[in-house]
Amino acid sequence: MTTTKFRLEPLTCPSCIKKIESKLGKMDGVEEAKVLFNSSKVKATYNEKNVSKEKLQETIEKLGYPVLK
Amino acid sequence: MIRYINKHKNHITAISAILLVLAIITHITGYHGLRHGILLAATIFAGIPIFIKAFQALRMKAFSIELLVTIAVIGAIFIGEYVESAVVTYLFLFGDYLEARTLERTRSSLKDLVDMAPQEATVVRDGDQMTLLVENVVEGDHVIIRSGGKIPVDGKIITGQASLNEAAVTGESVPATKKLDDNVFSGTIVDNGYIEVIAEKIGDDTTFAKIIELVEEAQESKSKTEKFLDKFANIYTPAVVVLSVLVYVFTRDLHTAITFLVVACPGALVIGAPVSNVAGIGNGAKNGVLVKGGEVMDKFAKVDTLVFDKTGTLTKGKPELTDIHTFDKQDENELLRLVAQAETISEHHLGQTIVKEAKARKLNSGEKPEDGEVIKGKGLRANIEGKMLTIGNRKLMHADNIDLPSEFAAYAIERETSGNTAIFAAVDGKVRGIFSIADQIRDDAPAALAEMRKNGIKKIIMLTGDNKHTAELVANQLDLDEFYTELLPEDKVAYVKKLKEKGHVVAMAGDGINDAPAIATADIGLAMGEGGTDISMETADVVLMADKLKQFSHAYSLSKATIRNMKQNTFFAVGIVFVLLAGVLGGTVHLASGMFIHEASVLLVILNAMRLIRFNHKNTKEDTTMQVAHA
Repeated sequence: MTTTKFRLEPLTCPSCIKKIESKLGKMDGVEEAKVLFNSSKVKATYNEKNVSKEKLQETIEKLGYPVLK
Repeated sequence: MIRYINKHKNHITAISAILLVLAIITHITGYHGLRHGILLAATIFAGIPIFIKAFQALRMKAFSIELLVTIAVIGAIFIGEYVESAVVTYLFLFGDYLEARTLERTRSSLKDLVDMAPQEATVVRDGDQMTLLVENVVEGDHVIIRSGGKIPVDGKIITGQASLNEAAVTGESVPATKKLDDNVFSGTIVDNGYIEVIAEKIGDDTTFAKIIELVEEAQESKSKTEKFLDKFANIYTPAVVVLSVLVYVFTRDLHTAITFLVVACPGALVIGAPVSNVAGIGNGAKNGVLVKGGEVMDKFAKVDTLVFDKTGTLTKGKPELTDIHTFDKQDENELLRLVAQAETISEHHLGQTIVKEAKARKLNSGEKPEDGEVIKGKGLRANIEGKMLTIGNRKLMHADNIDLPSEFAAYAIERETSGNTAIFAAVDGKVRGIFSIADQIRDDAPAALAEMRKNGIKKIIMLTGDNKHTAELVANQLDLDEFYTELLPEDKVAYVKKLKEKGHVVAMAGDGINDAPAIATADIGLAMGEGGTDISMETADVVLMADKLKQFSHAYSLSKATIRNMKQNTFFAVGIVFVLLAGVLGGTVHLASGMFIHEASVLLVILNAMRLIRFNHKNTKEDTTMQVAHA
């Protein structure tokens, strides 16, 4: 299990939280996905065997949220 | 392309505003033909970022507010409502822009803190000086910090001294002087001076990194109000969808149905409570108070009973030797030398105070005695230079059958009533002197306690392991309601439990290590963390980073203000939702005006929360200038 934090551009709409959390959470190998709304970060705990950090980042970006770091 | 548009969203918003103004001008001057074209252009311009977001979410099979707006706008164009479509897209973008700007402000306290993080470090490796990124510094590195530089690690000073601005860690802007063997923290700044430090903790292990982590987590952790709102939103959102379908079925009016759907989006409702919390917790962090989350804020605001540990909490916790009284013409320094030598085996803070005093007087306390014995809670016995020393309290004198003449006992009681702990020193079975050690009450204690009483605390209680006389003096000076003495850690837990059973909401403040059980038992546990020890930061609900009771008082009134602010936001948001829904159904609120009210309400709750950032700002400022003047 690995935990990574992705920093996004400042999040403004609270509805983004649900969107990102549920999409990431449904991905294979993702144990937990949590959006830190106030610090505009996504904290994901995942199994490296099933999913890569790049894949997670790609999903977040596809949802329309550019990852800064 | 998408990135480009996202980047220039603000420009798009501005252009769309200009187009709207142009449309108004053409309307006034009568060029109606042109007006439609301009409005359509404005709609498309401002619509692009919204459409993109909607499409992106849709592609991932996610539902979004942008999708609703897109449907509404297309609907409006379809029925020829160009004014409406242009205004709605513009308001949506502009609202988003304002929200981002204002939210940024509420989050600014945390961001300011994060920005204090050190970036690079100057280290000496194999005799060479080099500048590295902080990430590349390792434990044990020899780090150099010059005047104006930021300390990149937690560590101990090995050379030099400096005055440090520790605001990043303690919230205290008055510089602290640090010298050899003192601990320094990452994120603090060398105001003046030069130091060399050995890195003990680096990166995410530093106190500073932990503070950031804690504050970030705290801002996300939800209060009861927020959890309630989440539940409400979970029922509310599907209910609105169902209702809007019903509206369409009954009125056969797509326009009203879509308006209903867009306007009913619970923006202010969802953002209102968290935003208060974020601002409140951010304010705390900036003032050196870590409040761990919304739930803690909520409970803290309800506290009516304060329980304090004495030593290190109400008092400075740095005992000083105030007097050595000798009998039978015993030489003071000679007795101190012997006693200090015996006390070198003791870990007890009273013993160490004596050793420190001997060192200060440059008395050679020599080697550690080999056959010393510490008697817990009483004192110690040791053999020094062929003399049998017995040092400790009355209990020990009694246990060892050492005679205590009445004038000695009277002197000891006199010292104790004036706030000292009296320690008897006997040589070869005869009492030769009494050492008085006192721990001063914190300078800010009387004011802080009075302030908290004014803000709603009904009862202040002190629990201490110390003797009755010393405790009584502190209790009287601070005007405490009750105090209990000679307690063990588990007794303190029992007292806290008893108070809770009686229905009090109890906050317990202690120094974090031996008080940890009682801190954990209380409704709100406060740790006076001297720069924040690991244990205190983990067990406590609230951590006072600068070790100041003033911060306690600030935290208490801050929690009350935060909860009040949250309630205002919640009432306002719920109210506005009902007003809007009624307006739409009654036909007085249209898409554009609905959107306007909706965005305005979101802004209002954010602006209201922003007041919390400046909470108590004036007081703190006055305080600092005063302290500077003293120094």
